[in-house]
Amino acid sequence: MNLNELTIKQASDGLRKKQFSVKELVSDCLLAIKEKDRDIHSYLKVFEDALADARKADEMLAERSKQPLLFGIPLAIKDNILISGQKCTAGSKILENYTASYDASVIRKLKNHGAIFLGKTNLDEFAMGSSTENSAFGPSKNPHDLSRVPGGSSGGSAAAVAADLCLGALGSDTGGSIRQPASFCGVVGLKPTYGSVSRHGLIAMASSLDQIGPMTKTVEDAAMIFEAIAGDDDFDSTASKIERGKNEFEVPENLRGWKIGVPKEYFISGLDERVEKIVKSVVAKLEKAGAEIKEISLPHSEYALPTYYIVVPSEVSANLARFDGIRYGYREESGRDLFEVYSKSRAEGFGSEVKRRIMLGTYALSAGYYDAYYLKAQKVRRLIREDFERAFEKVDIIVGPTTPTPAFKFGERGDDPLKMYLADIYTVAVNLAGVPAISMPTGWVEEGGKKLPIGLQLISKWFEEKKLLGAAAAAEKVIK
Amino acid sequence: MSIDKKTVERIAHLARIELDDIEKDKLGKDLSAILKFVGKLNEVDTKNVEPMTGGTALENVLRDDKQIDKDLQGKSAELIGAAPEKKDGWVKVKAVFE
Repeated sequence: MNLNELTIKQASDGLRKKQFSVKELVSDCLLAIKEKDRDIHSYLKVFEDALADARKADEMLAERSKQPLLFGIPLAIKDNILISGQKCTAGSKILENYTASYDASVIRKLKNHGAIFLGKTNLDEFAMGSSTENSAFGPSKNPHDLSRVPGGSSGGSAAAVAADLCLGALGSDTGGSIRQPASFCGVVGLKPTYGSVSRHGLIAMASSLDQIGPMTKTVEDAAMIFEAIAGDDDFDSTASKIERGKNEFEVPENLRGWKIGVPKEYFISGLDERVEKIVKSVVAKLEKAGAEIKEISLPHSEYALPTYYIVVPSEVSANLARFDGIRYGYREESGRDLFEVYSKSRAEGFGSEVKRRIMLGTYALSAGYYDAYYLKAQKVRRLIREDFERAFEKVDIIVGPTTPTPAFKFGERGDDPLKMYLADIYTVAVNLAGVPAISMPTGWVEEGGKKLPIGLQLISKWFEEKKLLGAAAAAEKVIK
Repeated sequence: MSIDKKTVERIAHLARIELDDIEKDKLGKDLSAILKFVGKLNEVDTKNVEPMTGGTALENVLRDDKQIDKDLQGKSAELIGAAPEKKDGWVKVKAVFE
């Protein structure tokens, strides 16, 4: 077995027992990237100096065997999270040559916990998309079937984890961008509670929804990265100061006493029959493991996508106003006056989905339309949140499919934005409500001779990640 | 809600994005389709519902008016260096007044 195939927990134990060195672990990852990533294209940039970092870590380990949580663990980072001195493109031509001047807070925290960075992973431009087809630098491919998308926007991170090209990765999730690719690639992806993890140094898409989270091979690994990056931060006033207590990860012995809710609105037309069958069989297994299964209702589910496609473009149009060809990023040289510098740089620098969302958001926020669109969507957003509040009075965890179908083929949905948006039908409500959710591998379907993974989504109450991860770990045992 | 070419041009002006005719056509169609889709929100009765702003229930997070970010200390040259056009330590822009 090559060391890059280990889980974070296994590698962490192996390093401490001196079964192998950090250098050997990082070398195996870099070698695997060299061998496989020409086909998969999960990385936009690989850090060759990761080996030098590994050597330094080995010296530290020789001096002192007690080391922090993620000591020596090689991770991949989505390329919309800043690492000081490294390029950060957000998958966009407009930032092709931008170098970050500071570390994102999550990067600072991971460095403090001893992690090593292997490189930056591919994404849909500015995290807008569900397939990585919107990346200005070409799409990533699904390691389970190279003719299919890895999902998005954190598709590069998901593919890198699935193909063992890192031990774990960071993604970001605004409407499903961690969970949907995790589902398509057969890995674990956690979208923490809004406010659990600092967004400082994450290139903003929709600020009231964006959240950084881990993508890993196991639930326990996700818990380890979450533990390292969670918590308040001076540089993000929405990063909550609430006392979270010891976040120590525990796998419950069984699920006796747990109430698990299954929303009836999640099993409607559009859901692939095979996905439905797999999810229902897992629910039956959870019941066998002692959980009490309850049918619940989230009555505003069908309004989540329309709400999302007003709230997000509106925030996008404001956040992306900073890309003006003046302070950083791409500039079109032929602009004759200030207005043309802006409009030509943005015309050349942005791809079509980004332009579409900026245009839609600008319209929704423009004089005369604000009340009809943005304000209306914010009111419906409140009702969506209240659906979850009421549901969590009755149950501890909500389960359902992460996506309605397995990974789709390249080009299949490219022309029709609305068709693409449907890939996120089960994930967007979670971001609108702000609750945490995790997607984990739960089974396989066969298509064209290839086995494609199916994801299960578990949702919990605000700031109850510990419970969520525990339930997911218990489900992991039951599924095996 | 159908978005005509004139409206597309007005929004593009507000958004500071130059569009060619093919893009204007495509965006007119795409935006009309998306607005029709989000029109579904009108089915929802939102009388007496407070809009949900931001992602948290936090209000007025305050701190002392002191510099806390030391990450960018001494990096002014690097920050100016990121600009596409600069001169003598300043970012250069086209004339604002004609």
